[in-house]
Amino acid sequence: MKPDIEKLTDIATQVRRDIVRMVHQCQSGHPGGSLGCADYFTALYFHVLKHNPDFNMDGTGEDLFFLSNGHISAAWYSVLARSGYFEIKELSTFRKINSRVQGHPATHDHLPGIRVASGSLGQGLSVAIGAALAKKLNGDDRLVYTLHGDGELQEGQIWEAALFAPHNKVDNLISTIDVNGQQIDGPTDRVLSLGNLHAKWEAFGWDVLETNGNDMEALVATLDLAKSRAFKGKPIMILMHTNMGHGVDFMMGSHKWHGVAPNDEQLAAALAQLTCSTQDY
Amino acid sequence: MKKYTFTEKKDTRSGFGAGLLAAGKKNKNVVALCADLVGSLKMEAFIKEFPERFIQVGISEANMMGMAAGLTIGGKIPFTGTFANFSTGRVYDQIRQSIAYSEKNVKICASHAGLTLGEDGATHQILEDIGMMKMLPGMTVINPCDYNQTKAATEAIAEFEGPVYLRFGRPVIPIFTDPDQEFIIGKAWMVNEGKDVSIFATGHLVWEAILAGEKLAELGIDAEIINIHTIKPLDEAAVLKSVAKTGCVVSAEEHNRIGGLGDSIAQLLVRNNPTPQEYVAVDDSFGESGKPAELMAKYHLDCDAIVAAVQKVIARKKK
Repeated sequence: MKPDIEKLTDIATQVRRDIVRMVHQCQSGHPGGSLGCADYFTALYFHVLKHNPDFNMDGTGEDLFFLSNGHISAAWYSVLARSGYFEIKELSTFRKINSRVQGHPATHDHLPGIRVASGSLGQGLSVAIGAALAKKLNGDDRLVYTLHGDGELQEGQIWEAALFAPHNKVDNLISTIDVNGQQIDGPTDRVLSLGNLHAKWEAFGWDVLETNGNDMEALVATLDLAKSRAFKGKPIMILMHTNMGHGVDFMMGSHKWHGVAPNDEQLAAALAQLTCSTQDY
Repeated sequence: MKKYTFTEKKDTRSGFGAGLLAAGKKNKNVVALCADLVGSLKMEAFIKEFPERFIQVGISEANMMGMAAGLTIGGKIPFTGTFANFSTGRVYDQIRQSIAYSEKNVKICASHAGLTLGEDGATHQILEDIGMMKMLPGMTVINPCDYNQTKAATEAIAEFEGPVYLRFGRPVIPIFTDPDQEFIIGKAWMVNEGKDVSIFATGHLVWEAILAGEKLAELGIDAEIINIHTIKPLDEAAVLKSVAKTGCVVSAEEHNRIGGLGDSIAQLLVRNNPTPQEYVAVDDSFGESGKPAELMAKYHLDCDAIVAAVQKVIARKKK
């Protein structure tokens, strides 16, 4: 299917509006990374994945997605709601009491679209490898996708999984790292350097691609390329370069908006920069 | 005192190995993962029969727990295998988030629990695992008492939907339960009916409790002995019924006094029927190297320790 870049960009703008409104409404959450990955989530759910909003946990015959850096949940919830997993108005319950739309993704309250809890970092790659192995055992030829933060790579479990997948030829797995260079306490280079990520993942035996995660055309092309390289003996890793806070000028490129909600004035300023053809929740 | 005899001794981990093979034959969705301890976990027979359903993880326990959670998505029933220490303390957060909170049907199978792994010493002798696992909402915690019961428990958890912690050990101990027993998760097993004291024992301590019961009978004490193989959910009705009759309790386990079976029983009793209780358990310390029997004696986990605890608690009851 040929991607409609204009339409995807329009949806991504709506996702960004959802993110800032959700985070503003409960005055908590993580707008920076969510905004940076809005294009990825949109491309994934509205172009890449073969998926069924009539959710079932096993996802047999479907592509599966796992969000390992669960704190950017607002972006995920937005695309799940807007692709039909649950009602869009439920986004207004984000991070509030008695809600299925928890601060970090959870299966516990049966929110459709979520297959494992995440938030404590570094665990999603292992879970995704397990799901990919189950697909192979079941003769299911669909793919498994994951998203991780770059700061998350400081967790040791990631590198256990990084060793396992190539050794076991888990080639139905397409992982992506959101390389925005920021984490809570500052730039990753200052907190704990990640070094040459391309060389590192290649040395571990992954097929490594790079893309600009805030250029919809480039991003979609890379995701399509990744899909064409599946089932060739290697797991695939996309290093996706993004701007934290992308789409809202005063939030862009700084770790300061990792986990801070905008006030009323900042919300109005942000929404003024985000115009699209669809309706807010 | 009911007479228990045995013709053979075996390790409970071998019961796990046999149970895993049987469960694998019964259900094609059963898969096994191991973190470089295939021989210690007695998984060879399963691997030989079902090589495509075995995943060698390497020394990466966190990755193993995460992958097990993922394998359930797609209907697999993963059994993870490593030592109890590396099955719990090392991977507590992975179990908490990816398995327990996510309600995944993973069977965490843990060998070499407690002091009785012996010579390797305290780095490997976990005495806190029951406490950690029972605190997780939705986690079932099982600690069977001999080869036959461990085999039956392994088969039973394959049929049960939900996360389970199955704890077993290394030492060779008498086989005294029925090879064809039906293992019902959460149902205590009446080893011996008595009236003077309730001994609630789990794991390797059940056989010690039987030996203690024989000594107590010689002293004129009629001990009720109940095997609590499922620590969570606790068979509350069985505990309360027994205690209503005997009026005093000894709990016996190869675990820290803090957080184990004894605490579960004490908590039940304090809410329903406060009762004098003595603990046969490790007194909030780490273990050390030594032969299993030497360690069980030094840390007061053998039949003599149970006899002493019974005498003490009966004296308290009479006050």
